Amino acid sequence: MAAVAQLQRQFIEYTTSLHNEGYLDDQFTQLQKLQDESNPDFVVEVVSLYFEDSEKLLNNLATALQQKIVDYKQVDSHVHQFKGSSSSIGAQRVATVCVHFRNFCEEKNLEGCVRCLQQLKQEYILVRSKLEALFRLEQQIVQAGGQIPMME
Amino acid sequence: MNQPELHVLAVDDSTVDRKVIQKLLQISSFKVTVVDSGSRALQYLGLDEEKNSDCRFNDLKVNMIMTDYSMPGMTGFELLKKIKNSSTLKEIPVVIMSSENSMTRIDRCLEEGAEDYLLKPVKLSDLRRLKDTILKTGPDHTDQTQTRKRKHKIDQSQEPDYHDQTLSPPSSPQHAQTKRARL
Repeated sequence: MAAVAQLQRQFIEYTTSLHNEGYLDDQFTQLQKLQDESNPDFVVEVVSLYFEDSEKLLNNLATALQQKIVDYKQVDSHVHQFKGSSSSIGAQRVATVCVHFRNFCEEKNLEGCVRCLQQLKQEYILVRSKLEALFRLEQQIVQAGGQIPMME
Repeated sequence: MNQPELHVLAVDDSTVDRKVIQKLLQISSFKVTVVDSGSRALQYLGLDEEKNSDCRFNDLKVNMIMTDYSMPGMTGFELLKKIKNSSTLKEIPVVIMSSENSMTRIDRCLEEGAEDYLLKPVKLSDLRRLKDTILKTGPDHTDQTQTRKRKHKIDQSQEPDYHDQTLSPPSSPQHAQTKRARL
């Protein structure tokens, strides 16, 4: 019993900090609200799709920026996609880097773009590890027989 | 509640967004079909350019189409135009979804006959509102709805004398900031 309560407290604290530090925004909470008994893995499923998508996009971006003649429209299109999917799951910091990245694309600023790609990778890796930690906590709660607290 | 289930065709090239919109629609008690492109949407609707347009089955009847704006190949705007230009499909309300809060883009879509323009990420409250609109207005609601929609958005965004539906004043940065489409 005590174990469940402690895990639940950890979960609440962790979720709150992720929001406070800007890793996740309200959209993530909205997704959690869409989850129910008929589809208990909804959030994990969406986030898994996001991870797959993101890794493809990061590879595409790296390739695009390595071309002799960089096609900034193509780069921008990838970033636009990345921004969209990041916003859809509430990965706020990633989405913000995308905004800056698009500005560099418009300016055709290669150095700026390359720097943004690095930042993007970092932010993506960060949010991925945090989300994975969050999901692990959820699993622990469920395995201990508890319920995952609803965040408002 | 004996409401007939409304069937929505959702169109989006993003795997993440397709999953989310499908869930949103299901939770809102819509029947959902999701496709990943404008051309697949037209195929589904029986408006295949390669075949005759008369091979639509009645039980696939679609009550509303929700489409992303920016898609490779055919954009949501192009899809909207094709649907509104089709004698068989023009009555179906089309909703545009987009991450861009651009007044010119919103106006263009509404002028082309879009039922509504939703800012992404789409929320449950957006769908609730849409459902009410679709259920209230019947099949005969084309021009009247357009005028109503633009007026509604204008009133909500508190822009005083912007009633001119033909010539848009140049958008100030402030206008672009106002979330006109999600009210």
